[in-house]
Parts: sequence; structure tokens; C-alpha cells
Amino acid sequence: MEFLRPTSLSEACQLKAEHPDAVPLCGGTDVMVDLNFDRRRPEALLDLTAVPELYEWSRYDGRLRIGAAVPYTAIIEQLATEAPGLAIASRTVGSPQIRNRASVGGNLGSASPAGDALPPLLAANGEVETMSTTGARRIPIHEFFLGPKHNALRPEELIAAVHVPVASGPQQYAKVGTRNAMVIAVCSFSLALHPDTGRIGTGIGSAAPTPRAAPEAEDFLAAELADRWTAPDELPDDVVRRFGELVAAAAEPIDDVRGTADYRRHALSVLARRTLTWTWAEHRSQERAQ
Amino acid sequence: MTIRVTMTVNGDELTADDVWEGESLLYVLRERLGLPGSKNACEQGECGSCTVLLGGEVVCACLVAAGQAEGADVVTVEGLGDGEQLATIQETFVESGAVQCGFCTPGLLVTAFDLLNRDPDPTDATIREALAGNLCRCTGYEKILDAVRLAATRQSSSA
Repeated sequence: MEFLRPTSLSEACQLKAEHPDAVPLCGGTDVMVDLNFDRRRPEALLDLTAVPELYEWSRYDGRLRIGAAVPYTAIIEQLATEAPGLAIASRTVGSPQIRNRASVGGNLGSASPAGDALPPLLAANGEVETMSTTGARRIPIHEFFLGPKHNALRPEELIAAVHVPVASGPQQYAKVGTRNAMVIAVCSFSLALHPDTGRIGTGIGSAAPTPRAAPEAEDFLAAELADRWTAPDELPDDVVRRFGELVAAAAEPIDDVRGTADYRRHALSVLARRTLTWTWAEHRSQERAQ
Repeated sequence: MTIRVTMTVNGDELTADDVWEGESLLYVLRERLGLPGSKNACEQGECGSCTVLLGGEVVCACLVAAGQAEGADVVTVEGLGDGEQLATIQETFVESGAVQCGFCTPGLLVTAFDLLNRDPDPTDATIREALAGNLCRCTGYEKILDAVRLAATRQSSSA
């Protein structure tokens, strides 16, 4: 095995081109476990913790560019206003020790259906920026996940950053598990209200082969909210319930050690109703304050 | 092929040779540098018994590749006191009965030490959140919370 430790993004891309089988390593949450348990013996490890560009975030044209290695702790502390869904999800990742090192790049690279950062990226309609010696590429988040632990990244590419619009309305993330810390979600759901465009964003975790959106639920809710954004009243129960049903219908869960498919579908409809109630209440109080 | 890793551990610059590229910082600390205080339990970041400070932040040493710690500043439980005098949090763990079998204790001490450095007067909710990544199967945590509260009080009265 080789241990490669680039100190710039261009050097990292060069090394990835020379060693396409090298496994990128950053916070170690997934990769180190595979090494510790002898599940994986890659030809090379490509350590990204000495690449400063990956630890930077910036704001441009109403969007955020978040470097792939920006730890969850920094997202929680610095981006709670501009990327609230992602920040709320970040608080549920692992433990303080994990959050100090783990990052969105790792969740995207592992492409587990349970990655906590992934539903909010779907709900926010994010984009993944990849980098290689031949240049950068932007992949819409809705096209990034191809299967369980399988993404659209090419062997010569590295995940450089994720881009999300600065939030124009309330966002939420909720997950089901046995305790707050150190839980792999039984299922999870993220909701983003986009009052600027009148659109709704959703993201379902741990209830399909990949993280996925619930497009029918989004369209239904967008239509229901179309005349309600500016003078928001309480939402009728049947709207909230129907939204939950459509979210559950978009899932494709399986039975496993963490829960049954039926339970996941039911829990998702509950999470969808809750997050809608929370975000709509927040939107109403913002409108009243104006 | 192996690598050489040099880092500052508890204030001393130490070098480990013949390190396997996939080896964890935890293994290097325990097996190569003679610092067995950090405990090896789950090896998957779940239990917190290998918690150390890396660059001033709490991390699970089992999830850090040794090569990633090259040039870094590491503090283990062995470095919390000054050799003669225990750190306040170590004293209050003893006094509060926060130690039973003791296996989780080094990790909890490092985590609690870090918490009190960042927040000298933490609320109970803050303490629980900070310690959420450290499992203890003996104490039921109440005595550990007592120890952290007592250390906070003692440190603020002596400051």
C-alpha cells in the first residue's frame, strides 16, 4: 500500500490520475473502519487532510460553495443560517469526535443511502463539484447517486466541493434512530421551502437504494402553497397528511436489522408531516415579523 | 512498504518507524510509542475510548491514519496532568466515583478536559452532548456528570 499526501488540490488530482485505484481518505469514518477490520486493502490511500482548498467555503451569487472536507463542526457553527437543513443534519452526524473530522465529501464519496448530509443536499437542489487533471465538472445532486454506495464519480476524479443556493426559506431534517448520537438512520427526511421560487425540496434517507427526492410530494405541496406564501395561515390537516403519504410512497425501503420496510414507510410519513409543520410555522412567523 | 511518522505527543516530538500505511494513530500510540492510555475497543469510532486531541480537537484515534498525524500535535490522557499532579478533571473523576472498570475513562477524561477548555461553565445539556460519543457500560453516567460539574466549579473558583 502507498500513502499519498498531497498538499494542494492540483497535486491531489495529479496523484489521483496516476493512481486511479487510490482511495481518498479524510475524516476516516468509513475508510478507516474498512482498514481496521481488514475489509479493504487498497493499492494506495490518498490523504486529503493536507489540502487546504478542500477546507474552505465561500459565498457567491446567492450560492454557497462548501469545500468537500469542511468538517461538520464548522458547518454547524458557521452555516446554520445560510444552509439550515444541512446544518441541522450535520448536528446528527456521529459524535463530536466524528463531526470534527467528517465532511460532506465523505458522505458523497461513500454514497450510502444513510448519509445524513445527503437528504438536505437533495432538498436544497445542490450540485457536486468534481475535479481532475482535465478540469472541473458540476453534477446535479439528483444525478449523483447511481446505486447503493455507488455514485457518478469517475475513477480519476475527486470531490472538490458541494454547491447549494443560500436558503430563501425554512429547512428541516429529521431522522429516526435509537438515540441522538452515533445512530445510523432507520430513515430520515429533509424538507426545504423555497419561497423565492415557490418550489419545494425534499430528500429521503435510508429508505431506498440511494438517497432520493419525492417529486410528486414536492409538486403537490408547491401547488397547495402557491396562494399561501404571502399570507400564510395554518395548513389544513388533509394537506399535511397527503404530503406525508406522497413522501412515503416515494420511498422504496427494505427490511433490515434497523427496521422493517413497513415501519420505514410509516415513519417517513410522520417525519414528512412534522418537518412540514415545523417549516411552515417558521415561515408564518417570518412573514408575521415583516 | 512502510512509512515513518513524526508528531508531537504530549509536548515531546516522537517518531515511529515501520508504520504500515493503513495503520491507525491509535495503534501507533499504543504499540509503537509506549502510550497505552488511549484504549482500543470498537475500532470504528463508536465508543470514544480512544479519544485524543489532534491539533486541539477531540477525535477518535482509531479513525485517524497514522500518516495523517504527520507533523501534528497530539495530546493523550497521559498528557492531561503534568506527571506529578493530576489535572482537575482527573481528580474529580476519582472523587466522584466516576470510574468503575476504568476502560472508558481515558477517552472520557480527554473529552471532558476539552469541553471545559472550550466552555468553563457548561450546562447539563452541553455536557451530555459533548460526552455523547463516549460510551460507559458501568457507571450509568451520573457520576461522570457529577465529576464534570465538580471540575467546572473547582476550575472556576481557582481561576
